[in-house]
Amino acid sequence: MVGFRPRDAVWNLAVLLAMAAGCSAYRGHRAETLRIRGSDTMLILAQAWAESYAKVDTHVAVEVSGGGSGQGIAALLKGAIDIANCSRNIKPEEGAEARANTGKDPKEFVVGCDALAVFVHHDNPLDEITINQLAEIYRVGGSLSLWSQLGARIPAGRDRIVRVNRQSSSGTYEFFRDHVLGKRDFQLGSLDMNGSKEVVDLIASTPGAIGYSGMAFATPAVKVLRVSPAPGKASFAPSAANVLARHYPISRSLLVYTLGEPRPSVQKYIDWMRSADGQRIVADIGYVPIATGGKVTANSCSGAGAN
Amino acid sequence: MQRRWRKLKEALIEALIRLCGISATIFVIGIFLFVCREALPLRNNQGFHLTEFLFSIQWYPTSELTKHYGVLAMIAGTFSVTLLAMLMAAPLGMGAAIYISEFCAPRPREILKVLVELLAAIPSVVWGFAGLTITSRIIVRFTSADVGVNLLNGAVLLALMSVPIIVSLAEDAFKAVPDSYREAALSLGATRWQTTWRVLLPAARNGLTAAVLLGFGRAIGETMAVLMATGHAINIPHSVLEPVRTLTANIAAELGEAPAGSTHYQVLFLTGVLLFLITFVVNLSAGLVIRRERRQ
Repeated sequence: MVGFRPRDAVWNLAVLLAMAAGCSAYRGHRAETLRIRGSDTMLILAQAWAESYAKVDTHVAVEVSGGGSGQGIAALLKGAIDIANCSRNIKPEEGAEARANTGKDPKEFVVGCDALAVFVHHDNPLDEITINQLAEIYRVGGSLSLWSQLGARIPAGRDRIVRVNRQSSSGTYEFFRDHVLGKRDFQLGSLDMNGSKEVVDLIASTPGAIGYSGMAFATPAVKVLRVSPAPGKASFAPSAANVLARHYPISRSLLVYTLGEPRPSVQKYIDWMRSADGQRIVADIGYVPIATGGKVTANSCSGAGAN
Repeated sequence: MQRRWRKLKEALIEALIRLCGISATIFVIGIFLFVCREALPLRNNQGFHLTEFLFSIQWYPTSELTKHYGVLAMIAGTFSVTLLAMLMAAPLGMGAAIYISEFCAPRPREILKVLVELLAAIPSVVWGFAGLTITSRIIVRFTSADVGVNLLNGAVLLALMSVPIIVSLAEDAFKAVPDSYREAALSLGATRWQTTWRVLLPAARNGLTAAVLLGFGRAIGETMAVLMATGHAINIPHSVLEPVRTLTANIAAELGEAPAGSTHYQVLFLTGVLLFLITFVVNLSAGLVIRRERRQ
């Protein structure tokens, strides 16, 4: 085994001190830190916001981390963070826990819209799918397990549908379960990834795979399916226009929560996220802004076919 | 005066060293008690049954309808991936050890030993990444597997990770065989291969068994690489090309999200107790085998 080397220890200490000095220099002129945690779907958006906000308000530093919507809400209820990012609505029992622990109600703000995109491998001939077919693929006891049942032929003789899924703290997972499976459980045996990017990467390298994530994670390496609310009805691509027109059946609000009324600096940040400047970043990242022409138009983005 | 001071210093140093010696034991017992304490409230939990935990594959810790906490599929996943890894690692490691200790010239031997140790120094997340981006794509390309991150992929990585342990321990076992055995065999006209196969292997049998068991212990506790490379699917595998989930990967993926004190959280700690018992039995049997060898 490697023995203790004084020179290494000195180096490590020097690096640590330099890091500490760097941090304090960075925070030096920032009087306040906003701590934000939660949704993996919203992480790229929250990071872009935090970066831009550094130029808007030089008194406030914004720290962002992911972990999933469930973790964000849990941290908010403990008072560990100022804002929780959440890609699903807060659950009644989470609200009750907040009241019991802190006496305050969580307050909800819509900061953007998302269409839950459904992906397959780019060699898959399938172009569209219905909500009901998605449910039959993913739910317990579902009737669809082969691509040939959907009329699709996968190259290299692979007919089995490989279900790619998310870990259970994910807001995207819960949204899909509640709105596509009608709160029924997922069939066991799906490949449960810890992030949206992992879902897309796995589908890109797996010919028989199907999966879902926020629309901003779509890449040219995977094929995005058009989704139809019911058999025989028109199918729609997860685009900004289809979300705003409420055509796309599985669209949802991107939310942030605070515990009780936010303090002025937090309120200012939330107002800025919902302003035209903040919403331009939403569009740049690949989600759907709630504001058109500088005016906030939506308080909820749920689609026409959502049940 | 000076002598008394020196005596005191000796005593102090001795006490310090003794403390270091028993600290490992204290830590192991402490960790075990902590893990048990977190899992203990399950005794009075109405929604939890030990038989379901051990014998059901239904793992729905966050269901909206009925929650189920069965880890049978993960026990199957852990053992299938570890056993398959040992099937690959044991012959490979033994072969390498035989070559290094019996057939290799002194200089390449030193280089080989350093390289094998280097293999052990690669962090498991790097192995996992290799599994995710390299071996899984090879598997999809050249087999009929539906998905590249599967049992075989994880087992190949685990085999490569436990080979260094098997090689070093097996090499020690061969080294422990007295040279008089080799000399006697050679003087009777045996070839080097006959000497290795008929004399050294039986003589080093216990040491080799211990090497494989410790490699097994290493593989069963591995987390990061299997989390990334096995597909993380709750599934009792029927072929080596199906994805699985291991006990360790499940704890790593879910402990962060389970609210502290919830049933889900306690069940994950109980999974930790189960893992602790499995590795304890494996390491204990390795220890017993080594002891038997020493006594012979």
